[in-house]
Amino acid sequence: MLIEELSRIPGVSGDETRVRNFIKEKLSAWGIKNETDSMGNLYAFKEGGKKNEEQGIMLVAHMDEVGLMVSSIEKSGHLRFYKVGGIYENTLVAKPVRIGPRDVYGVIGAKAIHLQKKDERKKALEVDKLYIDIGAKNREDAEKVVKIGDYATFYSEAVVSGDLLKGKALDDRAGCAALLEILQRDYPFSFTVVFSVQEEVGLRGARVAAYRLNPRVALVLETTGAADLPGVKEQDYSVSLGLGPALTIRDGSAVAHPRVLDRLISVAEEQKRPYQFRSFMGSFTDAGVISLSQSGVATGVISTPCRYIHSPVSLLNMQDWKHLVEITDSFLRSVHEKGLDV
Amino acid sequence: MKELIKKLSESFGPAGCENNVRSLISDEVKKLNFEHYVDTLGSLIVKVGSKGKQRIIIAAHMDEIGLMVTFIDENGFLRFTNIGGVLTSTLPGTKVLFQNGTVGVIGQEKIKEPKELDFSKLYIDIGASNRDEALEKVKIGHTAVFMPAFHQEGNRITSKSLDDRIGCFVLLEVLKRLPSSLPNRLYFVFTVQEEVGLRGAKTASYRLKPDYGLAVDVTRVGDTPEPDFKMVVSLGKGPAVKIKDSSVICHSRVVNLMIETAEKNQIPYQLEVLEQGGTDAGSIHLSREGVPSGVLSVPCRYIHTPAEMVDLEDVENSISLLVELCKTSW
Amino acid sequence: MDLNSFLDELTQKDGVSGYEENTADFIAEAFSPFVDDTRTDNLGNLIFLKKGKSEHGPRVLICAHMDEIGLMITKIEDKGFLRFTSLGGFDPRTLPGQEVRIYGKKIVEGIIGFKPPHIYNENEKDKGVEMNDLFIDTGFSREVVEGLIRPGSTVAIKRSFITLMHNCRAGKALDDRAGVAVLLQCAKELANLAHEAHVYLVATVQEEVGTRGAVVSTYGLSPDLGIAVDVCHGDFPGALDHEVSPLGKGPVITAGPNIHPHMAERLTTVAEEYCLPYQKDVSPGPTGTDARAIQISLGGIPTGLLSVPLRYMHTSVELVDMQDIKIAGRLLAYFIMRLESGFVEGLSCL
Repeated sequence: MLIEELSRIPGVSGDETRVRNFIKEKLSAWGIKNETDSMGNLYAFKEGGKKNEEQGIMLVAHMDEVGLMVSSIEKSGHLRFYKVGGIYENTLVAKPVRIGPRDVYGVIGAKAIHLQKKDERKKALEVDKLYIDIGAKNREDAEKVVKIGDYATFYSEAVVSGDLLKGKALDDRAGCAALLEILQRDYPFSFTVVFSVQEEVGLRGARVAAYRLNPRVALVLETTGAADLPGVKEQDYSVSLGLGPALTIRDGSAVAHPRVLDRLISVAEEQKRPYQFRSFMGSFTDAGVISLSQSGVATGVISTPCRYIHSPVSLLNMQDWKHLVEITDSFLRSVHEKGLDV
Repeated sequence: MKELIKKLSESFGPAGCENNVRSLISDEVKKLNFEHYVDTLGSLIVKVGSKGKQRIIIAAHMDEIGLMVTFIDENGFLRFTNIGGVLTSTLPGTKVLFQNGTVGVIGQEKIKEPKELDFSKLYIDIGASNRDEALEKVKIGHTAVFMPAFHQEGNRITSKSLDDRIGCFVLLEVLKRLPSSLPNRLYFVFTVQEEVGLRGAKTASYRLKPDYGLAVDVTRVGDTPEPDFKMVVSLGKGPAVKIKDSSVICHSRVVNLMIETAEKNQIPYQLEVLEQGGTDAGSIHLSREGVPSGVLSVPCRYIHTPAEMVDLEDVENSISLLVELCKTSW
Repeated sequence: MDLNSFLDELTQKDGVSGYEENTADFIAEAFSPFVDDTRTDNLGNLIFLKKGKSEHGPRVLICAHMDEIGLMITKIEDKGFLRFTSLGGFDPRTLPGQEVRIYGKKIVEGIIGFKPPHIYNENEKDKGVEMNDLFIDTGFSREVVEGLIRPGSTVAIKRSFITLMHNCRAGKALDDRAGVAVLLQCAKELANLAHEAHVYLVATVQEEVGTRGAVVSTYGLSPDLGIAVDVCHGDFPGALDHEVSPLGKGPVITAGPNIHPHMAERLTTVAEEYCLPYQKDVSPGPTGTDARAIQISLGGIPTGLLSVPLRYMHTSVELVDMQDIKIAGRLLAYFIMRLESGFVEGLSCL
């Protein structure tokens, strides 16, 4: 499945090349016109119906994932690193990573529990106490295969079992996969799909993409954190797995445009598809910058709920994802048929 | 049934001083005409059957936790230490009984915070007004147990030392119900000094060279308000088949046999993973070249307090399961 | 099978303490071409015999433990999440985001879940994760989970064997599968060497919960002398020199009260004579290895300890240098080749 393949590709913010190339290949194979900009955003121009009848609709998902960047190399050959994007630090210890263009294997080590004093064991292991070990003998040895500035991603294989998908970078490869699914369908109208870069470091790619396209309506396909977990109060779940895609009312970066949100709700209900509202009002998505582009864009966000985002392995329900694709599909058709007064 | 449990649980038997319990049990065993003897450390060994292929130890411990006098002050107050896992929080205001019948009550020095409460802040008051008066009744090294107060409320009984007199009771009941011909050679062992390190079981299993071991003991539950949230065993849902505790990882052959036997005979059972605590199986399984061992646990609330609580239906089901296990070839 | 593929496959066999059967089956097959006899004892210790030339030759026990630290399910929660306890000593902070395999009616995969950062309040953030905060998420509903998994189901860490630079490899359970690989290397070397001693190579069980396998296997074999092969802490940035031994500089010979002085001395002499790199370490009391059990078995067994340096012990990314393993195996083989009854008799004359 495309979603599994996409999950496996390394593509930390600022280093999305391999994700972009993978998507580009698919687009070219399907005969879809595409281009990139100077930041690396990838635009796919889906054409249908009468020529040049542009609906002014832009669909967006981001290609980048959170990851690490080599900041220095110790004399011993161990690599120190920065976090790229909001990685949950507590998940870093004892995880394997792949580094740089050569995909060098490394592991994130820390002092063995046997050697830690009692009070040491109680503290969180922050990035400044961690390092990547690639088995190098010393700094010179390490420099043969990695360099400062190399990006590193988590090494974990995507696996589908039944309705469940496990893997890294599902935020937001799930969104990318949904857009690729949409792009394979026929529509009697045209629209533009953007695979954006650098979402995780400040929504930077979508900002220039929105400026360039200056759309009327934008829909962001995201992957949002689900906290339906033990030890969490129900009011703090934000979203739950298996209850359908999540619609954003408001988050830390944008308020969903009411017409877009209403239309998403109405097509979901017409089709009897499950959906839920995201109840956590914090954090950011590309919608934040798109909605404020030029003289403003009517923007909505629909997300696949996903547990353990920004960690080595996240978990989502494929039924939620399929409903997200279908609601997006119906949304496009509905806007074409009935228009959207924004 | 109830009378014997009452007698067993009310008798005096802190670890190292199990003779009262042992005579009570050997009287019962004598009535049944089984061959039995006492080993070097004091465990009572009952031989059942002489023909079977497999030698199986079935053990329950006779000892209970208790207190031991370490010092008597000039005003006649007794200072003490623990025998086994006594919880200081259960002690203030509790009555204790010495082997000679002397009764004392535990008092507590003034403390600011509950966490300061340790054995050094506690003492036993036996009503003596000075050291000499106290010495007439109690000497240094004498031991005491919680004051017996057996009570039945519906199907549930509370008493001191159901850990593990209820196990002793289960073994005695099983002895009564066993058929004359058995596929195994069984050794019912009433062990000593379990509460201070599984000691009686260690020497008994070395002597007996068993092929398999089974301990019958109590286990903790998770069905009370705000319990240890990881524990799933409940009172009244049948005996528990132990998977592991901190002393033993039960052998899968024994675990599976216990589960199969329970299912075949429609005896309710539960599975038990105990994070902390040990049983005689911990000693038995490491004896000589290793002995595949398991544990049949009777669910019990408030373990190591003056009022341990078990459910009589669990006890009855434990007896049935053990009888069936004795009749099964291992 | 070469040592690398052996260890690769071996670390993919799940064998948490008390449940080592799968691991044992694989090891038995790999060792069979090099040994004269294979058997399993009551607790599951896997015992190989490589006979010596002389019927009355010394009887040597060499063991490495095949169990790995793991988890055990204690409870199934309302929504199908699983609570667990540990078999052996994990640092709970290494567990969030770790994939696992649960051994229920069939193998079920899961993730060790955690509360997402936005749920933490400020003062919780600096606090390390504790075991009780964690749970396993299979993604399945309670009904499905209950059909497959029960309290007592064991859980193994899922981690592939990772090839790093040079001879470095990382993975799970290298404590002490690296030691088992040392035993295999030793058996291979012995095939080409003449030796008087009868060698019992034992893959022990339940080391991580209290060296229980070594207790009973040593009793059962009653050897003249014993050597435990285990791992010791490798070097890492910020480590104190005395706590660690660098990787790639050869196996580590330990001395101290747990070790018979002649054993440490002889291992050192043999390494010197055959120009094998080695390192030395001291341990001030009973070591955290099978050696602690071997020494006090029966009437006392002269005991040695040989260790492979390993970084990040008790995590899923334990890291070793394959060369250290190979040399450790060779050192043991030469030690056995040089073993004569005189040395054994001398062990009682202190």
